[in-house]
Amino acid sequence: MSATLAPVTAQGGDALPELTRDELVRYSRHLLLPEVGVEGQRKLKAARVLLVGAGGLGSPAALYLAAAGVGTLGIVDFDRVDVTNLHRQLLHGTHDVGRTKLASAIDRLRAVNPHVVVEPHELRLSAANALDLVGQYDLVVDGTDNFQTRYLVNDACVLTGRPNVYGSIFRFDGQVSVFCTADGPCYRCVYREPPPAGLVPTCSEGGVLGILPGIVGILQATEAIKLILGIGEPLIGRLNLVDSLGARQRSVKIRRDPTCPACGTRELQSLIDYDAFCGIGTPTAEAPVLEITPRELAERLDRRDDLLLLDVREPHEHAIARIPGARLIPLGTFAEAIDALDRGRDIVIHCRSGVRSANAVRQLQAAGVTRVWNLAGGILRWADDVDPTVARY
Amino acid sequence: MSITIHLPSVLAAHAGGTRAIETGGATVGTALDQLVSRYPQLGPRLRDAHGAPYPFVTIYLNDEDVRLVGGFEAAVRDGDEVTIVPAVAGG
Repeated sequence: MSATLAPVTAQGGDALPELTRDELVRYSRHLLLPEVGVEGQRKLKAARVLLVGAGGLGSPAALYLAAAGVGTLGIVDFDRVDVTNLHRQLLHGTHDVGRTKLASAIDRLRAVNPHVVVEPHELRLSAANALDLVGQYDLVVDGTDNFQTRYLVNDACVLTGRPNVYGSIFRFDGQVSVFCTADGPCYRCVYREPPPAGLVPTCSEGGVLGILPGIVGILQATEAIKLILGIGEPLIGRLNLVDSLGARQRSVKIRRDPTCPACGTRELQSLIDYDAFCGIGTPTAEAPVLEITPRELAERLDRRDDLLLLDVREPHEHAIARIPGARLIPLGTFAEAIDALDRGRDIVIHCRSGVRSANAVRQLQAAGVTRVWNLAGGILRWADDVDPTVARY
Repeated sequence: MSITIHLPSVLAAHAGGTRAIETGGATVGTALDQLVSRYPQLGPRLRDAHGAPYPFVTIYLNDEDVRLVGGFEAAVRDGDEVTIVPAVAGG
């Protein structure tokens, strides 16, 4: 299967930018490879790659694409560098904490390779801006960290005809593929719908081995470079599975689904509301989730009110920080524990930030429990407002 | 008859931390049944309440998507590998 990068590879030798003397020296180890050579390096210089996210996956991808001489790197990010990012996001250093990730990325990438143009896009990718932004680049490297943006990136790539170099990670496992080419499948062909909100923990809840995004992000950068150069066998029609604990890497076959609404039937002709698609923030007819603030909870605990405090985080999170008296029932086992709960008492549920506990509250509501509250802001806000000795993580 | 089922770390947590589990069974579905009988918590994470596949959990028989080779009815042979690959979004 051939790569499909019309905007770059269709350009003839004359249309490609010349390499300067400095660049000829810098890229000499590339130029020595017959598969790259001067013309390949000129293709890299002509290429425009959009990185969505300058985090765990975007860091290694950006560093290696810049070092390899990709001429223009667009980066979309709206976040600031947090100290918890540093164990895996090597674009950013300790002195960058608090800066915008884009400012940090520009400095770092300029130091790696001043010949590369970095185009910063300090915004949240949305249905309103994605087609315009993606359309300005030859291919996209998806380094986002949530399902909404992954479906958004995928659909924008299908609609604009840009390859989507996909990578995704969780704990010790990673996935890599090249979606949205002329003949290959897209993300929706593999995963037609996202899991219900709250079912799959995020990396901030479930953790991730710091090295893993390094491995996966570099695989994404490799695929991007292969597409630009038109060499090798890109991961089109294959999903590469990275198992860092087993030191195994293998590919499984994936195929375009003729019933896929994006790339199969093409009934999806414009971008949609991805929060609603992923079940986030959707107005529903369900009963509202009642909330209690950490200060209110502290008052009730001080008064020794008869209430049941539940913690729906994972055991490893409980080991880092806990609210005294809370009973641990990880969200994944919550449904099985409902029948054994004492419904005669008021129930307060907490997690790290309040998202998983809202899910648990809804499960109890669905089981007919009415006197149940979500701890607003979770244990993070408890640490801010009530007990500063509780670790934030 | 031995089938190896590979679990990602997110599911291995519900199988005592084991990531590769030997089972028997004549089809992908019965191999999963044997897995679930040993680790009941995995049951609702692999198939919905009606036993149907989830759109966000893919299952591969060797390197083929089981949806394309007969679904849960696909026959398995000694030495086959079944790999569960749920959607993950971390980055």
